[in-house]
This record gives sequence, C-alpha cells and structure tokens, in this order.
Amino acid sequence: MEKNEALKKFLLRLGDNALIQGHRLSEWCSRGPMLEEDIALSNLALDNIGRAQAFLDYAGHFYSNPQSADDLAFKRSERQYYNFLMAELPVGHFGYTIAKQLYISAYEELLFEALTQSTDDTIAAIAHKAVKEARYHFSHAADWCVRLGLGTAESHDKLGSAMSDLWAYTQEFFEMTDGDLQLLQLGIAPDQNQIKKVWTDKVNKVFMRAGYVMPGECHQYSGSQQGVHTEYLGHLLCEMQYLQRSHPQAAW
Amino acid sequence: MKLAELESPFERKIEAEEKIEPRDTMPEAYRLHLIRQISQHAHSEVIGMQPEGNWVTRAPSLRAKQILLAKIQDEGGHGLYLYSAAETLGISREELILQLHEGKAKYSNIFNYPTLTWADIGAIGWLVDGAAIVNQVALQRTSYGPYSRAMFRICKEESFHQRQGYEIMATMMKGTAEQKEMAQDAMNRWWWPSLMMFGPHDSDSPHSGDAFKWKIKRKSNDELRQKFIDKTVQQAYVIGLTIPDPLLKWNEDKQGYDHGPINWQEFKQVIAGNGPCNKQRMEHHKYWHEEGRWVREAAEAYKQRISTLN
Repeated sequence: MEKNEALKKFLLRLGDNALIQGHRLSEWCSRGPMLEEDIALSNLALDNIGRAQAFLDYAGHFYSNPQSADDLAFKRSERQYYNFLMAELPVGHFGYTIAKQLYISAYEELLFEALTQSTDDTIAAIAHKAVKEARYHFSHAADWCVRLGLGTAESHDKLGSAMSDLWAYTQEFFEMTDGDLQLLQLGIAPDQNQIKKVWTDKVNKVFMRAGYVMPGECHQYSGSQQGVHTEYLGHLLCEMQYLQRSHPQAAW
Repeated sequence: MKLAELESPFERKIEAEEKIEPRDTMPEAYRLHLIRQISQHAHSEVIGMQPEGNWVTRAPSLRAKQILLAKIQDEGGHGLYLYSAAETLGISREELILQLHEGKAKYSNIFNYPTLTWADIGAIGWLVDGAAIVNQVALQRTSYGPYSRAMFRICKEESFHQRQGYEIMATMMKGTAEQKEMAQDAMNRWWWPSLMMFGPHDSDSPHSGDAFKWKIKRKSNDELRQKFIDKTVQQAYVIGLTIPDPLLKWNEDKQGYDHGPINWQEFKQVIAGNGPCNKQRMEHHKYWHEEGRWVREAAEAYKQRISTLN
C-alpha cells in the first residue's frame, strides 16, 4: 500500500472514532443524571467533535480531489467509516456510557501520548492537544467507575454488566493493518501491541479500585478496519447526515 | 423619603442601592418572590436545553455542532449558577426540581414551542436569547446580590449565543431558496412567542408591584419588550427577513416601533399547559430525572462510605 493511502486510512480511523464517540456522547444532552454530568458529557462530546474536525481535515488532504472535514463527516457511507465498533454502540444507561468512556479514553490517553512523538508534525500537534483532553476524559470515567462500583448494589451491578458486555469490543482497538505496520516503520503511528500492554494494566487498576475483576478472554468482535460495522452505525449516520444529504447544494 | 426615616436595615439598603446578601434579614415575601423568580429562571435554562438539544445530532456541519453543543453547555451552566443563587435563600435544588415536576414552579413559555427545522436553532439564538438578554441586562441591577452577580456572568455568554443565532439566520438567508424559506418560516413562528417572553402588558402584570418596590425588577415588561423590538427589526431587515406583523411601524414621536396586538389568548393557553410541547418537555425532564436516580443514589452512597472511612 502506498504510504499516503495508509496515512489517509489511519487518519480517518482517528477522526471517525472521535466523531462517532462525540455523537453518542452528545445524545446525553438534557438527559444526564444531574446537571453537572449533563454539562460534563456535553463537554466530552465537544472535545471529540473538535478532534474529529482536526483529524478529518488532515485526512482530506490525502484524497486525489481534496475533501473538507465536513465532506468526510457528512458525505461518506457506512462502509467508508473506520471507527471502532464500540464507539457506535448505542449510548445505553449512564453506567454503560461510563464503561465505554473508560475503555476508549484509557486507550486514547496512551495512543495520543505515543502520537505526540510521531514523525508527522501535524499528527504530533493534534496529539499534543488531544492527550490533555484524553487524560481528563479518563479520570472522569475512572472516578465514576469507582463511585458506581462502590456505590449501591444496583450501581455495582449495572456498571459491572456494562463493563463485561463491552469487553468483547476492546481488543479491536489494537489491531494493526499492513498500512499501520508501514506507518509504524516510518515512526508515524505507534505500536499497538505496546499500547495494549499498558492499557490492560491501566484498566485493570480501575477494575480493582472499583471492586471488580477484569473479564478473561472471550469472543471479540471485529470488522471496523474493513469498514464492516454493526447495524447501529447506519442509523446514526442517517440522523447525523440528514441535512447535508437533503440539501446537497446548501452551505450552512 | 430620607434614609434615616426608613424602618429596617433591609429598606435602608434597598433605598441606598446596596445589594441584599444571603445573611441579611429580609422580608419573607421578598425571599419567596426571589425563590419563585430565580427558580423559574433556572428551570427555563434547563428546559431550554431540550428544544436545542433536539438538533445537536442533526447539526449540518462540525462547526455548527460544536457551537450548538457549547451553547447548550452554557445554558446548563446558567441553570447551575441560578439554582445555586436560589439555594442561598434556603431551598435545595432537589426541592426546586420537585416544585417543577409538581407544576408549582414554571419555566419560560417559549420552550413549549417546537424546533422543527435547523432555522429554529438560529431563531432561538437570535430572538429568544436576544429577548432574554434584554431582560437579563436589566436584572444585573436587581437588588439581590447572588442573583445580580449570576446575571453579569450569564449576560456575557448570552450575547455570544445571540450572535451565533443571527449568524445561522444570515447564512441561510444567503443560501438556497429552501434555506431562505426555512429561515422566514422560523421567523414567522418565533417572533410572536418571543414578544410574549416579556410577559403581560404592564397594566396586567400580577407580580410587578412588590418587585419594583424591592428593586428586584428594574424595568417594566412593556419597556423591555419595546427595547427588544427596536433592536431586532433592523437586524431582520439587514438580512432580508420580514417581521410577521403588518402593523409594525416606526413611530417618530416615541422614537420606537409600534406593533400589532399580541395574541394573549395563545399566551394564556400555553401557560395553562396547552402549548405544543408542554407535556413533552415535562415528561422528558421527569423521565430523565428518574432514570438518573440510581446514579445520584450511588454517588451519595459512595460519599457516605468515604466519609465513614476517613
């Protein structure tokens, strides 16, 4: 694979993860368990959408006819999206969202830390900003895991089931395509195997603090590297892309 | 009246334009009036998140989505300051929310109208927040310290909201025929309800008497409404929108616009719970408050657990 093609896909994955995760988080607007969390979840959504814009904007440069971040967000179809399956899963209850946030933000903190050292200056610059956000996203999620895990019997069970259900979507984070291996050699992308080791340890510490045992090996879902998604993504895109698609000539 | 002749320290402070603070002695009716007004204001900010939240997942560009999210986040923040200001009067947020759910506390009528197209998000920012600013700028001089200070912070953010709403309308008016139609339609639907936001005419306003005496309220409903109309009409013309009032006319003598009659029947109907979205807004708030109960209980249980350990 040509380097630029590999880079384009890598950037789309980063942008799509942020966009789809941001979209799900934004669904919490006016639905939080308390006003403070409503605001916090909107804030997490906002960080993600901002990050999506940065990565998609850069990805757009690698198309033969350059695309804007909006073109990529609002005019691609399901099979052209590369976000993790976990990001697109429905928002669920608060504990489910927190479990998703824990897994994803722990990964992102490590990923962006590594990407600050990327030989690609644009990626390194975006990662410098993103790592600060991811740190705060992780501590928000980890604190809630402890509160819910050690709170009431109900909260313990709800978070516990969410964390084990979602475990089956975690190992997909660390998959590397041939293109990713090529980017690793060039010092552009990190080694996901390294990240996986630290991630497992980082997440396990939260499990222990919150009074849980980390799930063992189980079936893992996969497919997003090939643009093969769950049924949920199509509906999300219908909603997100509706105005751009129904008024293709309009500027907003 | 001279200051020395006034009976209580409360009256003397009001007369001297000093702020009343939470620890000051105040008449019970003053305290209750403020709880009613501040909580209504707080509930309005929070309920207002619903019609705007209705478009977050459908915002037409990444920039528009970020601006809208940031705006709604601000509204939530305003709700927080205002609940905190009300709490200084000896009532808890949980009690205030209960009053809302029981229909004892109100929120602004305007949020009982639906956001049907993207242009409605522009209209809310421009007209609804525009009307709110006129009200809130006047409230910066209100006599209760925590309320007044909350207004200073809130006004700064509201003026940003108003500009972003106007920008949405201006962009759509420069766009396709369908976009222009959407913008004018939103204008037609939001104009009159925005005028109603200032409340009944001064001659019919039931709470104004004491509120003026205590300097909670500094300008009358009609004065504020006039101010809003005068600043908004020009803004509409500039981008090519028509104000849906055939009787709107510049009045040289009063140096302001005269407007056609407001449909107070509709206003009363919406207050009575028969607006297009009253039921939907309340059910949404109650449903999600109930859905979040287990989270709040867990947070409370965890807090207890930690304090026992320490």
